[in-house]
Amino acid sequence: MATAALDTHDSHTGGHPPTSTGLNNTKVAIWAFIGSECFFFASLIATYMIYRGRSLVGPFPHEAWTDPATGHVFKAILNIPITSVSTFVLLMSSLAMVLAHSAVVRGDRKSSKIWLASTAFLGATFLGFQAYEFTSFVHEGLTIHTNLFGSSFFILTGFHGAHVTAGVIWLLTLLFIDMKRGLTPDEAINVDVCALYWHFVDVVWIVIFTLVYLIK
Amino acid sequence: MAADHSHPLTHDAAGNASPHEHTHPDWGTYKWVALILGLITALEVWIYYIPSFTATKLFVPVLLLLSAIKFTIVVMFYMHLKYDAKLFRALFLGPLILASFIIVGLLFLFGHLKVSF
Repeated sequence: MATAALDTHDSHTGGHPPTSTGLNNTKVAIWAFIGSECFFFASLIATYMIYRGRSLVGPFPHEAWTDPATGHVFKAILNIPITSVSTFVLLMSSLAMVLAHSAVVRGDRKSSKIWLASTAFLGATFLGFQAYEFTSFVHEGLTIHTNLFGSSFFILTGFHGAHVTAGVIWLLTLLFIDMKRGLTPDEAINVDVCALYWHFVDVVWIVIFTLVYLIK
Repeated sequence: MAADHSHPLTHDAAGNASPHEHTHPDWGTYKWVALILGLITALEVWIYYIPSFTATKLFVPVLLLLSAIKFTIVVMFYMHLKYDAKLFRALFLGPLILASFIIVGLLFLFGHLKVSF
């Protein structure tokens, strides 16, 4: 009896039994994970905000600083134009992501490959900007050991970058599957879950961009 | 910005149609959302380069407001929380609100925010 009932459900739901909530368990799990990530990034953002303006030595984010021992002048470390472009790139990657999901739902394999590849490329471009930024900061004298700003900045943006890296790997995996055998509309949920993670990484950057880069 | 309810991008336990989850926006909505996000980002950066404005008390609240608008737009339309089940909203908004209170509480605790009576 139970087997027959399960078979009936399987024929309607593509091999998955119905859930008690009526919702996809994978989506419930990713939303719960995103909820936990809110606390993770909140702790990092709170740490950055608490240490803000409490560094005893430079370089500082928004103002120049002269080292009293050497007389060396350190300019304001943050490069707003570069970061603005990388922010725009990440926002556009979110657009590419929703288009990729939409293409998979429609069964449009050509578009799904294009938009998945575009999203991964834009994510990798964002990481390239971040690598450039970190490298230039180190060359200008700001490391994770230099001051409170350096410690909290590299930890916060570094963890965000790690999340973007994980997202790019996830996207490339989906792209590989799509190229190998094609993602069917039944598998759109896999892209949807990846998209939710990707958009969350995007909204975290929206907050970081304002709190770290723009507010002086 | 209206949703295209004729476009059944909904999922159930297997990722297919479900009465609990609603339709997703269409391409036109996504395009407008991207345009608005780009414009708000440009506005934020533009504000940053106006010394007379950055010196005022409005600078930080305006930036926070613009950031909150961008955050909300992405969550509502790209993460389609506006159209999805209430459980997803609870799973996200509950921790988000609690995390926000924790940040504000820590800022009070460490003297970055002050209340005068």
